[in-house]
Amino acid sequence: MEQPERKWTMVIDLDKCTGCAACVVACHAENNVPIVTAREVARGRGQHWIRIERYWVGEYPDVKARFLPILCQHCGNAPCEPVCPAYASIHSQRENLNVQVYNRCIGTRYCANNCPYKVRFFNHFDPVFAEPLDQQLNPDVTVRSAGVMEKCTFCVQRIRRAEEKALAEGRPLDDGEVVPACVGTCPTSALVFGDLYDPESQVTRLVNHNARKFRLLEHLGTEPAVYYLKGGSSHVST
Amino acid sequence: MSAHETEHPVWRRPLLEDEGLEEQAERLRRRHLLLDPRFPWEMNDDVLRPMYRTRPTFWVIFVALGGLVLMGAVTWGAQIYWGLGITGLNRPINWGLYLVNTVYFIGIGHAGTFISAALRVLKVEWRRPISRAAETLTLFGLSTAALAIFIHLGRVWKAYWLLPYPNQRQLWPNWRSPLMWDFMAILTYMTGSVLFIYLGLLPDLAMARDHTRGWRHRLYAILSLGWRGTEKEWAYHKTSLDIFSYIIIPVMFSVHTIVSWDFAMSIQPGWNSTIFGPYFILGALFSGVAAVIIVMAIIRKAMRLQYFLRDEHFNGMAKFLLILSFAWAYFYFNDYIVPWYGGEPVMKVLFDLFHRGWAAPLWFLMLFSNLFLPGIALWSRRVRSSIPVLVVICIFVQIGMYLERYLIIPVMSGRNELPFDWGTYIPRLETLITLASFALVAFLYLLFSRVFPLIPVWEILEGQILQGLKRIGRALIPSRAEPH
Repeated sequence: MEQPERKWTMVIDLDKCTGCAACVVACHAENNVPIVTAREVARGRGQHWIRIERYWVGEYPDVKARFLPILCQHCGNAPCEPVCPAYASIHSQRENLNVQVYNRCIGTRYCANNCPYKVRFFNHFDPVFAEPLDQQLNPDVTVRSAGVMEKCTFCVQRIRRAEEKALAEGRPLDDGEVVPACVGTCPTSALVFGDLYDPESQVTRLVNHNARKFRLLEHLGTEPAVYYLKGGSSHVST
Repeated sequence: MSAHETEHPVWRRPLLEDEGLEEQAERLRRRHLLLDPRFPWEMNDDVLRPMYRTRPTFWVIFVALGGLVLMGAVTWGAQIYWGLGITGLNRPINWGLYLVNTVYFIGIGHAGTFISAALRVLKVEWRRPISRAAETLTLFGLSTAALAIFIHLGRVWKAYWLLPYPNQRQLWPNWRSPLMWDFMAILTYMTGSVLFIYLGLLPDLAMARDHTRGWRHRLYAILSLGWRGTEKEWAYHKTSLDIFSYIIIPVMFSVHTIVSWDFAMSIQPGWNSTIFGPYFILGALFSGVAAVIIVMAIIRKAMRLQYFLRDEHFNGMAKFLLILSFAWAYFYFNDYIVPWYGGEPVMKVLFDLFHRGWAAPLWFLMLFSNLFLPGIALWSRRVRSSIPVLVVICIFVQIGMYLERYLIIPVMSGRNELPFDWGTYIPRLETLITLASFALVAFLYLLFSRVFPLIPVWEILEGQILQGLKRIGRALIPSRAEPH
């Protein structure tokens, strides 16, 4: 059975995000993301496929923290894709994912330069998983070596597994069946994942006619697949 | 430098006619290499003798430069073994000193081609003794630049994946990537420059073959391809050099344009500028001409080439440098004013960083070295004829142009639309490799100067045959015959 074309999309409700960073931890565990030393983090080499950007809004004493979870936006018109000379950063046509082929990467780092969201992470050293983290590596995900670029995949291994399961059972894939690690772990369900081509899916319902929705740095024309719903004082009824 | 030119302002100088014909001829001979002919065997000797001379100073420099190159090689080995983590690169700043070096050294290389090809086509006669020395700088600058790209790669052992070779997995390089264009442009330019310098070397290699013995004789015999200097050979040689000159000029312009596209084609604020193409070429010529002046001064002293490299050559190059300084300023101003007028918030952040942030000293030093110092000093004939002062100015130009590339690459990429992801770059072990890159250019140049004649004897002889003095009334005027 031929799999249908999909547009994997994430909706992040900023009103619901508490900045707890559970998604970051879940992502590290699921995707074998290297945990670098404090010294390396201080050098600006922290590796988190999803991160919570915290911005302070307002003047003291009326200051509020705003949280902005940022992961690879899986752009429809991705700036990272055309610049890779080795085709390591490519678009998967059927699923509309922005994929990184680790084996093909030669480490020019042009993709990371051209990413306006700065969600691409270069392995400056070979990853080291200290005890007992080395006992919980995910066998579904490659561990990347030094000299290779990596980034969020929308948990493509989970997408594959769900699709294959549905295929084996001879039924179409249900909405909500594919749950990336960050989405599954979010305690406030701020993150929602699904297929935008499916008119009945939860993401389609959230995105359509939602006055709160926006996409990050949309003026650059990157067509991100991650929609944010405005939070805080800018709240508009849906 | 004759008294005639410096001691009096132009309105008080004696008229040409006031001198006797003898003195006029003497003065012109002292000033112009092409009017001061020597016997060919004398000239051959002058060019070949420094190639055999390896005094203790030579070996000291040889060991020092060789040691630096070795240190760079070891550092690169360490980087391949441990990973790029030994450098100061981090997340927003993925391109650091290595690519600054690439752009800088390709820039250095531009002057060589310009002098030997463009000035040849334009029939600028004073380029004759400089052309080989400048081309050699092109050759080694370009090689070092290409090497820096490989050093910069995360997995250099996979670098051959950039080549479009047929393979079982049907992988093909991505022709939409500016890096691919860059790779091809540098490859083309490198092939072109090697052939161009070799073509110009042929008659001199034959000359060296006829004047040497032992391994040198055997080497030159192979390299000179049986050149005998027949009429037919010279005719073919001239035609092919002419064709080559015309072909390599657009290649030279394309290379730095394409290098600039690595930045201009991106969406990084500060990089995505439409003027980068011509701006980079101008900057390349600017730093290249300054580098050639430095090299001229060094080889003139070290290899005792005072007969060949005279005040007229330094003066000509310095005037060229002055023009380039202003042209650079024009492009820099353009690249500055348009984003400033556009008023994008992130550009404002970048400009603030340059005006009063931590990058301000670098920015002002760049403006001083590229515009104010050469732009003011080089108007003076006295400055243009003083080699030490000229060398100091040229060293400042090198610093300024290196800083310009540094400000564009690691400093600008430290700022983007999301303030959470800003960063700064502190170079670490890549400084050793950078040092080694400079040493490598000097080291290769040093080796080249011992094996190949750095002064194109045949070109000077040709110029001296064509150049003559014509008497018009009571004045002698240099005149030039035109070969077919």
